[in-house]
Amino acid sequence: MATVLPPPSKRQKREEIERTTTQVDVAPILAPELGSFKANFVDSDGNQMTDVIEINFADATEKNISVLLNTLLERDREEFTPYRFRIHIPGKDIIVDQYPSDLLGLLKQHGVENPFETTITLSAEPQAVFRVQAVSRLAHRIPGHGQPILAAQFSPVSSGRLATGSGDNTARIWDTNTGTPKHTLKGHTGWVLGVNWRPDGQQLATCSMDGTVRIWDPEAGKPVGQPFKGHAKWVLMTAWQPYHLWRDGTPRLASASKDGTCRIWVVNTGRTEHVLSGHKSSVACVRWGGTDLVYTGSHDKVIRVFDAVKGTLVHSLTSHAHWINHIGLSSDHALRTAYFDHTKDIPATEEGKREKAKERFERAAKINGKIAERIVSASDDFTMYLWDPTNNGTKPVARLLGHQNKVNQVQFSPDGTLIASVGWDNSVKLWNARDGKFLKSLRGHVAPVYTCSWSADSRLLITASKDTTLKAWNVRTGTLAMDLPGHEDEVYAVDWSPDGKMVGSGGKDKAVRTWRN
Amino acid sequence: MPQNEYIERAQKLHGKRLDTEERARKKAAREGHKQSENAQNLRGLRAKLFAKERHAQKIQMRKAIKQHEERNVKGAAEEKDPSNPVPAYLLDRANPTSAKALSSQIKSKRAEKAARFSVPIPKVKGISEEELFKVVKTGKKVHKKGWKRVVTKPTFVGPDFTRRPVKYERFIRPMGLRYKKANVTHPTLNVTVQLPILGVKKNPSNPLYTQLGVLSKGTIIEVNVSDLGMVTASGKIAWGRYAQITNNPENDGCLNAVLLV
Repeated sequence: MATVLPPPSKRQKREEIERTTTQVDVAPILAPELGSFKANFVDSDGNQMTDVIEINFADATEKNISVLLNTLLERDREEFTPYRFRIHIPGKDIIVDQYPSDLLGLLKQHGVENPFETTITLSAEPQAVFRVQAVSRLAHRIPGHGQPILAAQFSPVSSGRLATGSGDNTARIWDTNTGTPKHTLKGHTGWVLGVNWRPDGQQLATCSMDGTVRIWDPEAGKPVGQPFKGHAKWVLMTAWQPYHLWRDGTPRLASASKDGTCRIWVVNTGRTEHVLSGHKSSVACVRWGGTDLVYTGSHDKVIRVFDAVKGTLVHSLTSHAHWINHIGLSSDHALRTAYFDHTKDIPATEEGKREKAKERFERAAKINGKIAERIVSASDDFTMYLWDPTNNGTKPVARLLGHQNKVNQVQFSPDGTLIASVGWDNSVKLWNARDGKFLKSLRGHVAPVYTCSWSADSRLLITASKDTTLKAWNVRTGTLAMDLPGHEDEVYAVDWSPDGKMVGSGGKDKAVRTWRN
Repeated sequence: MPQNEYIERAQKLHGKRLDTEERARKKAAREGHKQSENAQNLRGLRAKLFAKERHAQKIQMRKAIKQHEERNVKGAAEEKDPSNPVPAYLLDRANPTSAKALSSQIKSKRAEKAARFSVPIPKVKGISEEELFKVVKTGKKVHKKGWKRVVTKPTFVGPDFTRRPVKYERFIRPMGLRYKKANVTHPTLNVTVQLPILGVKKNPSNPLYTQLGVLSKGTIIEVNVSDLGMVTASGKIAWGRYAQITNNPENDGCLNAVLLV
């Protein structure tokens, strides 16, 4: 027997009759005829990318316009790059950073009466093709160090290897896929203040309070050669020479020390090639740029730019009023990962690798077609300066004001468009890397923020603070993406792996923690 | 010592002496010699007074010198290695650990304060000073001064209390208003016992009243509970416990309190 439905009730019958007899008003259901506008696309240097085109307001969502632009640039479907757009209001000088959901409403709000006849300029910023997911959970908690962890860095090869340096005079290499320790690198007689992977991932450099720099083989867990002795006081930081600049088949390493000098070592022989002196106080930070310039920032308020080949001083940048804490480099991510990128195809030959590393560096450092490697210096005088030593010499490009307390660290985003600065005033600030303009302030931490690390696609930023939490921020919207409590004491070091899969952190509670999505 | 502004007035009217700067400079130059002459030649009471003043001056001078020395030697002091491993950006900085100790100290103090005042009578209408004190005038008929105060509410003074020399005592606590015993109720057992008071711990109106030992409603007092035979968790016999006063003793003539457990 088929199921018989009960007969409709009086109310249902009445509603049915109403529906069939009355005419429905169609107008609100149909998309309103909003008109269209002419869009002129410019790239980040201000050059027009393609012809002016007319777009309907109804179809004008960011995704659609991104696809449209890719089509206009005659790219294949596989080569599409996602774009973000900033709207230049016609007739005024206002640039809206956030693409609104209601473009017509925004234009009317800014007083543009007749958007249908105006040409609106949209500046397109290419986004990274791959997308990094925000880490959300603690994957492993690996105890092992006997003292607080002072430095942490992922290997550029894969996210499976994490190196940490600690106050117990050892550096350890961890296998983050299984959550187990791999090697313990013993040898230093003082706290290990910094760990630095070689850009091709074949060696690890550690610097320590005992004034030496040691090189290790990370796969075997054994030291390579003799420790580099020469500094009079403790060594604070090291910087490897970028892969595409290696000469004579050997990499070089720069080390910064409290004795006021920076030494350039030839790694294969262990000899000091140059001693970069001149600073009157401890050198807090050293960076090796992609044009063979070494930048050193010191507690004597001066940043010195040295030529790494000759060992001579090129510029002396004196604008700060207090100690220089950190220097950020615009091509930092590209130099750190040499020829590794998200496509994971590694060139077969040595020349191929150098070419790829050089190409990646140039892509990161080029502004308006010219190589302009920029640095930003963070200081105890609550300000930062943006410098362009190759083009602008000793005159800063911009002064970044806004922090209420010492600025501890500053990092360029991997795509070179944003600068993130963290400081002792519990805030994280985002700045435009082109002109140094302030963009957003990210508040959430309740104690001084010590370090930060960008994700490889420049969409997410992770910050570590004295209040024992890590926070992952979505820099597009300027909001907190994920709050990662879990550490039992202050977090001293954090790093996002270059392939974006996981975050590693270490701090005063002596246990390495890895976080995944 | 000038009693009025006649010196300034004369200066305004007639101007200063033509050699005032010279004289002031020379007087200042003689200061050192005068000081040493006094130090060596004064005798008796004047010597003692001078020595006292000079001692105070020297203390200040020594402090200033020490501070100046510290400023010069700063570099050397910071050379010694900090004891706890800290990353590179925290080296050479003022100890973060002492700041943490301070904040945790403040937090624990606040917690203590909060816990101690979870009392049966949390809020009490305070007693103003005009209500508590009555002014007593002292001195001869014409030159009467009114700096003495008589406490008009019940107080506790303690067993070994002796009055200050009458000429100098500022607060008078009349014998008739002094209490030694309190009727203390145990809140859970519901018994009321008369217990001797050991001391006044806190008067919620004013810390001055705590010092004077004023007993008003809401005051926390310490009472001797050895009669009750209470034993602490570790097995020791408790003999002092806090109680809070629950009535207005100035109106009733007796002191009722509830034990804080």
